[in-house]
Amino acid sequence: MKNRLKKEQRTTTAGKESILSSANTLRWEIGEHVHDSLIESIYADANQIASRAVTLPDGKPRFDFDKKLDSLITSRWFGFPLMFLLLAFVFWLTVEGANIPSALIASLLVDTMHPWLRSVFVLIGSPWWLTGVLADGVWLAMAWVVSVMLPPMAIFFPLFTLLEDFGYLPRVAFNMDSLFRRAGAHGKQSLSMTMGFGCNAAGVVATRIIDSPRERLIAIITNNFSLCNGRWPTQILIASIFFGALAPPALAGFITAGAVVGVATLGIFFTLVVSWGLSRTLLKGEASSFSLELPPYRPPQLWQTLYTSLIDRTAIVLWRAIVFAAPAGAVIWLVSNIHVGTMSIAEHFINFSNPFGMLLGLNGVIIIAYIIAIPANEIVIPTVLMMTVLSTKLSGIGNGAGVMFELNEATAVADVLRAGGWTVLTGLNLMLFSLLHNPCSTTIYTIYKETKSVKWTALATVIPTIMGIVICFLVAQIYRLLFV
Amino acid sequence: MSQTPKENCDDCPVHNLGNLTKLGINMSQFDFVVALAGNPNTGKSTVFNALTGLRQHTGNWPGKTVTRAEGGFVYGNKRFKLVDLPGTYSLLSTSTDEEVARDFILFGQPDVTVIVVDATRLERNLNLVLQVLEITHRAVVCLNLIDEAQRHNIKVDTRRLAKDLGVPVVAAAARQEEGIPELLKNVYDVASGAYICRPYRLERTAPRLEKAISELTAKIKKEFPLLPNTRWIALRLLDGDQKIIDAVKSGELGNLSAKSVATREAVQ
Repeated sequence: MKNRLKKEQRTTTAGKESILSSANTLRWEIGEHVHDSLIESIYADANQIASRAVTLPDGKPRFDFDKKLDSLITSRWFGFPLMFLLLAFVFWLTVEGANIPSALIASLLVDTMHPWLRSVFVLIGSPWWLTGVLADGVWLAMAWVVSVMLPPMAIFFPLFTLLEDFGYLPRVAFNMDSLFRRAGAHGKQSLSMTMGFGCNAAGVVATRIIDSPRERLIAIITNNFSLCNGRWPTQILIASIFFGALAPPALAGFITAGAVVGVATLGIFFTLVVSWGLSRTLLKGEASSFSLELPPYRPPQLWQTLYTSLIDRTAIVLWRAIVFAAPAGAVIWLVSNIHVGTMSIAEHFINFSNPFGMLLGLNGVIIIAYIIAIPANEIVIPTVLMMTVLSTKLSGIGNGAGVMFELNEATAVADVLRAGGWTVLTGLNLMLFSLLHNPCSTTIYTIYKETKSVKWTALATVIPTIMGIVICFLVAQIYRLLFV
Repeated sequence: MSQTPKENCDDCPVHNLGNLTKLGINMSQFDFVVALAGNPNTGKSTVFNALTGLRQHTGNWPGKTVTRAEGGFVYGNKRFKLVDLPGTYSLLSTSTDEEVARDFILFGQPDVTVIVVDATRLERNLNLVLQVLEITHRAVVCLNLIDEAQRHNIKVDTRRLAKDLGVPVVAAAARQEEGIPELLKNVYDVASGAYICRPYRLERTAPRLEKAISELTAKIKKEFPLLPNTRWIALRLLDGDQKIIDAVKSGELGNLSAKSVATREAVQ
């Protein structure tokens, strides 16, 4: 045995060369048709074997539910409106359903447990700064993330997974294929784009289904234009404060859902525009053709779907948010309470970035929040709220500087933001900037792992950031021209 | 494996299913490696979950699994490592997911490759089956979604199919866990050598191609005498498959044949 192995390993280079060279000669001799004739013979044999084993139903086929449904869902006229209606319906359910549990969780974690936790700290005689960092910083940041994120995710993910299980996603890809083709991109990009609605890092990995490296790069670079679950809660909250509130209460839910769908649609639009731009400049080439299978509709498995989407998706995403929120909470408390001169470090930062923020129709607080939130988009809203209280020196809300406070109703959040000088423009531009800014650090790292290229990773980071700055700037100028 | 006289129940897959231990991701040691291949959206991940007790996310769209997922189970006192490969229509072209699947079946040399096929679309699924059978000679076909086929009045003669393909064919409805015991039994039999596969090999009609293949096959046999699938290697070289050309150059093919001898002797 050992001898045989040794002999095996000693295979001569000459032998290998002779295999390869004769393969080359033979390849020329038999012409270009190897591949085709191989495929032909596979198909012929498969056909023969299948025809012997399979008995198809005879007579007239029964009423075909799948075909009827497909002709509606992928129809030229109803396909897109149905898609947007479905999306709006999912968001409406999420917005309406999340309000009450969000308030309940906030009142439990913030109103009840936070004072209790503080009193425990005081009781065991911990110094004021330790109580501050742990109870007012870390605990409140985590409490905030849980109450803002858990309810919408626990509603949105199962709904989305049910649609996925039912077989709707390939139909979306089918509908959008012609748009992507015209943009010079791969039709399957709509699948990785849809995965990006859950998580951009997952969406970037999902681009592996795209064969051509050129089209795959386009899909990777533009995946960030899909709003991820770290950004949905921001969109929903800001939309309900600044747009839902404009409408009568009965319609508020619809308007909010509509505004969120609008931003998501804008994301799809940017995906197409940037894909188009890339395929005409840096990544030139034609769109390649592919076959897309429309699987049969399957009744979703309700319990398993609930289990996987709640335990796997919701819990994992929430855990990630908490892990990033905890240190962020500590940092925020510290920069708000360490003073340099007469102002805290946070105030110095805010004053410094405020002019730039105002130019974009945002403000210094939002700019700082987006820098702090590079590891995870989830913590943008808690950071914004806390910093707003700090910079406007609001009293009577929360517990003073550097404390993330109890705001269990959207109206309270609205009051803080308005007191901080927020207008409809700030809300609108925050929603736009949330759509258009650098990907989170996890996604950036995933892009690097998938492309193995600093250049493309940098491009995927810089393009959306520049777009965000330019578009927010333009919107701010137009808004000020029209309304101020 | 055991010295005690065989009892009636030992042969029954249902009895043995009672002995299935789902190991989840605990795969520290294993006796056999099983690969799960198949077209996209035929239920590979569902079969994977049924066997390992893991909950790989399943979705009703082609291309959901793009990376390899691994899990383990114990059956008949043997530990199995199960590898869920990305779904592919063929192993010939060069997208990343197809390469992941092809490389694992060729270079990973699984002891058994389970090919999950959609019973309602057998003909198209057979294209992949035939390609897998060109690479490996130890395979089990899992004729999944048989419940959907029945709903559409499609009948599949599994015995005829098994005879034609030369490998076991098991009808299954993995979502309902139907056919899983039989699948396990057949995987076990093929892995342990109790069932010897005689896989169907493609018949090629073009005589010029046939001549080239046999010429090249002879050369490869001389250089790598222990390789189990020389014809397929020859065919890939003729098609100009860069990965295979590299494998010849680096001698990686030689390692493959050495490994298959090692496993064969270990089994004996």
